[in-house]
Amino acid sequence: MVVTKWLNNSVKLFATLCLAMSGLTAQAAVLDPDRADVLYHSYEGGGMTIDGPSVMLRKKASESVAITAYYYLDSISSASVDVISTASPYSEKRHEGQIGIEYLHDKTLMSLNLRQSNEDDYLAQSFSINVSQDTFGDLTNLNLGLSYGDNEIKRNGDDIFEEQSEQYRIRAGINQILTRNLTASLNVEAIADSGYLNNPYRTVRYLDNSIPSGVGYQAEVYPETRNSFAAKLSASYFLPYRAALFFHYRHFNDSWEITASDVEVGYRHPIGDSLELELKVRYYQQTQAEFYSDLFPYRDAQNYMARDKELSDFSDITYGLGITYMLPASMSFGDIRSEASLQWDYIDFQYNNFRNPNAEGGVGNEPFYGFSANVVRAFISVYF
Amino acid sequence: MLTFTVPTRIIALTLKAIALLSLVGLSGCSSMGIEPWVKPYERQNLADPIMRLNRHPSASMHVAHVLEGRESARGAEGTGGGGCGCN
Repeated sequence: MVVTKWLNNSVKLFATLCLAMSGLTAQAAVLDPDRADVLYHSYEGGGMTIDGPSVMLRKKASESVAITAYYYLDSISSASVDVISTASPYSEKRHEGQIGIEYLHDKTLMSLNLRQSNEDDYLAQSFSINVSQDTFGDLTNLNLGLSYGDNEIKRNGDDIFEEQSEQYRIRAGINQILTRNLTASLNVEAIADSGYLNNPYRTVRYLDNSIPSGVGYQAEVYPETRNSFAAKLSASYFLPYRAALFFHYRHFNDSWEITASDVEVGYRHPIGDSLELELKVRYYQQTQAEFYSDLFPYRDAQNYMARDKELSDFSDITYGLGITYMLPASMSFGDIRSEASLQWDYIDFQYNNFRNPNAEGGVGNEPFYGFSANVVRAFISVYF
Repeated sequence: MLTFTVPTRIIALTLKAIALLSLVGLSGCSSMGIEPWVKPYERQNLADPIMRLNRHPSASMHVAHVLEGRESARGAEGTGGGGCGCN
């Protein structure tokens, strides 16, 4: 009921603003240039190894229409802490495809994006529409977007299990040039989920003195709705010696009583004509969901129960390093310009109320869990 | 016991924020007597490719995907979004 009302209001607002935007005309903007990206990605940490390729192609069909196609593959091999304690290591593949179209009319850019993600036990389909408008002497850009997603959830080894969930998103943002060296943006987004929001493989643990181990496990139970709100403030500053400084701050909260915030500082520094160095540091922290507990006192202790570490109280810090090499003209065909990039992120996760059930110490007294991950991206970008 | 008082507040807040942003953006500051203060010819620094937030879109999408599966916060990234599609 709330979701329906929310959707109706959102669609009305979106339609009104689109009409208002289409009434504004001035000097025309231009579409981004054609490009192709081929990327290899790798994630390793916490007993998980995920890697695979991705390909993105963007091509203008005319001065006002551009098409984007995207393919992404995750090859997952998991023996994470959740898996080791209650199940067997597994491997699987996730395929994702996206296709998008952009239409530029004067200073209004409209885009439609369709997305599908497919695993053995999960099918996600969504569409997204976005409108952005340059205004106020092109000092201001306003953007609005709506998305809808539908998910089918299955459980491997259980042919009867089949659940569904839906997601609505509405977002808006404003980008503002503040000085000849500084721009800032503010983005807000509300997301409403409904349906089966659990992970069907995860369990909670509870004290059980009737069995030798002293601990029993039962399936997690999540609420069937989740509503969240996020606001992000970003700024980009051009330094006098030709380098760029970036700042981001995001605040998040939801109806599960999770409050989170993250802050990131990035720096991009060209070296000569052919190299670009990137550095970043990001810190994230969140509080736990109201129905989360590392160890419940007995079976069926609450209506809703979770022991998913992503819903616990934790923080993580990311250190990132990237380098881009602009290939010289002698290594390119005609007017085609190419770049090769390598990025490496080190992420350290520290959980404040999620204990490692595989460690010594006795039930409920094990040390808190933590792990680090290395994330690598190697890619070639071609502009044609 | 869970209560869901937040959604209504969140929805109202979001719609108000969007309406406010829209008013500022669509009416333009010109109607309030403020003129664009950075002229087009003064924007060469901002137009430099090193200033692009989404300089490497494929890489940005991977970063967002990695974080989305491991953190509860989501939304307002400034990209299209659409959910993790994974469990």
